Amino acid sequence: MRHILSILMENEAGALSRVAGLFSARGYNIESLTVAPTEDPSMSRMTLVTRGSDEVVEQITKQLNKLVDVIKLIDLAESAHIEREIMLVKVHAQGGYREEVKRLTEIFRGSIIDVTASSFIIEVTGAQDKLDAFLKALEEQSVFEVVRSGATGISRGEKGLHL
Amino acid sequence: MELSGAEILVQSLKDEGVEYIFGYPGGSVLHIYDALFKQEDVKHVLVRHEQGATHSADGYARATGKPGVVLVTSGPGATNAVTGIATAYMDSIPMVVVSGQTPTPMIGSDAFQEVDTVGITRPCVKHNFLVKDVRDIAETIKKAFHIASTGRPGPVLVDIPKDVTDPAVLVSYEYPKKVSMRSYNPSVKGHKGQIKKALELMLRAHRPILYTGGGVVLGEASDELVALTKKLGFPITNTLMGLGSYPATERQFIGMLGMHGTYEANKAMHECDTLIAIGARFDDRVTGKLSEFCPNATIIHVDIDPASISKNVKVDVPIVGEVKGVLKEMLKLLNSGEFSPKPELISKWWERIEKWRSYNCLDYDRESKLIKPQYVVEQLYEVTNGEAFVTSDVGQHQMYAAQYYKFNKPRRWINSGGLGTMGFGLPAAIGVKLAHPESEVACVTGEGSIQMCIQELSTALQYKTPIKIINLNNGYLGMVRQWQEFTYESRYSHSYMDTIPEFMKLAESYGHVGMRIDKKEDVRGALEEAFAQKDRTVFLDFITDPTENVYPMIEAGKGHHEMRLAPGMITDEDLA
Repeated sequence: MRHILSILMENEAGALSRVAGLFSARGYNIESLTVAPTEDPSMSRMTLVTRGSDEVVEQITKQLNKLVDVIKLIDLAESAHIEREIMLVKVHAQGGYREEVKRLTEIFRGSIIDVTASSFIIEVTGAQDKLDAFLKALEEQSVFEVVRSGATGISRGEKGLHL
Repeated sequence: MELSGAEILVQSLKDEGVEYIFGYPGGSVLHIYDALFKQEDVKHVLVRHEQGATHSADGYARATGKPGVVLVTSGPGATNAVTGIATAYMDSIPMVVVSGQTPTPMIGSDAFQEVDTVGITRPCVKHNFLVKDVRDIAETIKKAFHIASTGRPGPVLVDIPKDVTDPAVLVSYEYPKKVSMRSYNPSVKGHKGQIKKALELMLRAHRPILYTGGGVVLGEASDELVALTKKLGFPITNTLMGLGSYPATERQFIGMLGMHGTYEANKAMHECDTLIAIGARFDDRVTGKLSEFCPNATIIHVDIDPASISKNVKVDVPIVGEVKGVLKEMLKLLNSGEFSPKPELISKWWERIEKWRSYNCLDYDRESKLIKPQYVVEQLYEVTNGEAFVTSDVGQHQMYAAQYYKFNKPRRWINSGGLGTMGFGLPAAIGVKLAHPESEVACVTGEGSIQMCIQELSTALQYKTPIKIINLNNGYLGMVRQWQEFTYESRYSHSYMDTIPEFMKLAESYGHVGMRIDKKEDVRGALEEAFAQKDRTVFLDFITDPTENVYPMIEAGKGHHEMRLAPGMITDEDLA
């Protein structure tokens, strides 16, 4: 099962490699990982997507909590949450296909952020499956560069991850 | 008070109450060594190899409960220390390692003796730090000791670039009285509801067993464990790391469990209906084949580390907390009268266990004309009245020491259980002897292991740490040879050393007493003679039976009930 771990950690040199090292040393997989400082610059917030059985994810959670730099963490997938990922796609777009791409971008509530005579760069935001669907909707040969940020997320309502 | 970084480091160690540092100087730590030179409170032990420094500090920590302290230089100094750091990590031993580093402006430039020490040690420390500002040294050292010695203990490394200890840069110094870290608050108290639930299950059991490990030793909970075990009347088995936390000579103790555990302990594990695991981590050498581990048991697990619970074996009643506190709470409930043990429930269980015990699984060929390694350990036990601190290396001799030296007190049995580090025993013994100069310290080793850190014989002379080295010399890397005999049709691939030094002469050249014993009738006398020489290190080279194996043995991938027993041991229907 897919789990989205949201981790509040000390914004210290090496904190990221402690997390990454833990995953490789214990054979867990990282599907995606994003990290940046929070409103309090002494802390970073990491969103890590992983897959595994409940037992494995329980063990991952415990091992992460053991890291001295980790302050707190939650598994967003356990309750209502919002998940977002940003994707930038560069496509070849010429002739009639330019209109087609613009329409698709509108449908997916994306925006075209760079234009040349032969190409667009499109920005789309959403959960993983929406971005997958957008890529599928484009003509395969037209896509020549895709950059995805990896998922980030937040839990709904009052509940959340803070000190 | 204005001090340099080097002085701050030394003063911090002093203020932390550090008695000994085990170290080796080099370029990046010269400022620190200069500061050490100017004081006498913190005593420095110059080892002969940095691996020895970590093992000595480790031995000191295991024998006292206080963190061991190590000081090494950058580059090879740090990499040589890694084996010892990993050894301490696997056995949760409190240790603080200070390593020198290339000056800050040169970090990352592949400078002379530069390695990424923080990166290399990250997977085998509880935590590590790189100190980039002289004003951070005192607080970092305070944090290092705090992290190393609280919760589940472990090694902490502090890497300090040379410019940060510059004697020309003075800053004000005050050692923090306490430290608080928002990201590090180890859980300490067990949940009362869970403790009660566990106790209720325990008292309803018909076939209970206590399985206790190194956590009881580390948590100083031996007294509570003894009181609880006696009150409950249950059988108790210890892991390799837990030996001594319950007296081995007491009736309720049924021996060590696991790969080379006793017949009665492993059988009882396999047939128990209630398993009470305390400060033990279900290591593969203990559990054997996981799918056949305690197939009928409800499992209770007390551990300070939540990550140890349900890691390898699913636990029914987890209790996260300091072992000592949890056992005290159980005793309180038992003494309150609300709960009382019912001996009649477990009388049949004890009959069964006594039957298993009557097979005497640790018996060996006492008529043999050769020196049996088991016999040497038994004689060592008698000559030292069971009171010695015994360190060991790794292999057959380690198992013989664990099986035949009956430890009655915690912290007396000092070995590398988790990592299985050959070369541990001798330097560890030096650390133990420094901590307990009045006690007898024996290092039970083999001709393979002892050669891995033999250079520390020189340290033992310089610091006057008279220890007794019991070398069970069978010419083979015995445990490897044993596995090759059992699973590789006796193809002894590279487990025989064709050339080994004359240890007697070697010991003498290092300034110690050497003895070579090749006759069984001389074993006792040699041991007595050696231990009579209170202020000398004596190397006893016992030439033992090269074909002897460690029994019982659960081969890899087998269950507790599938033990291989010593040839000729009488077995019952279970083994048919």
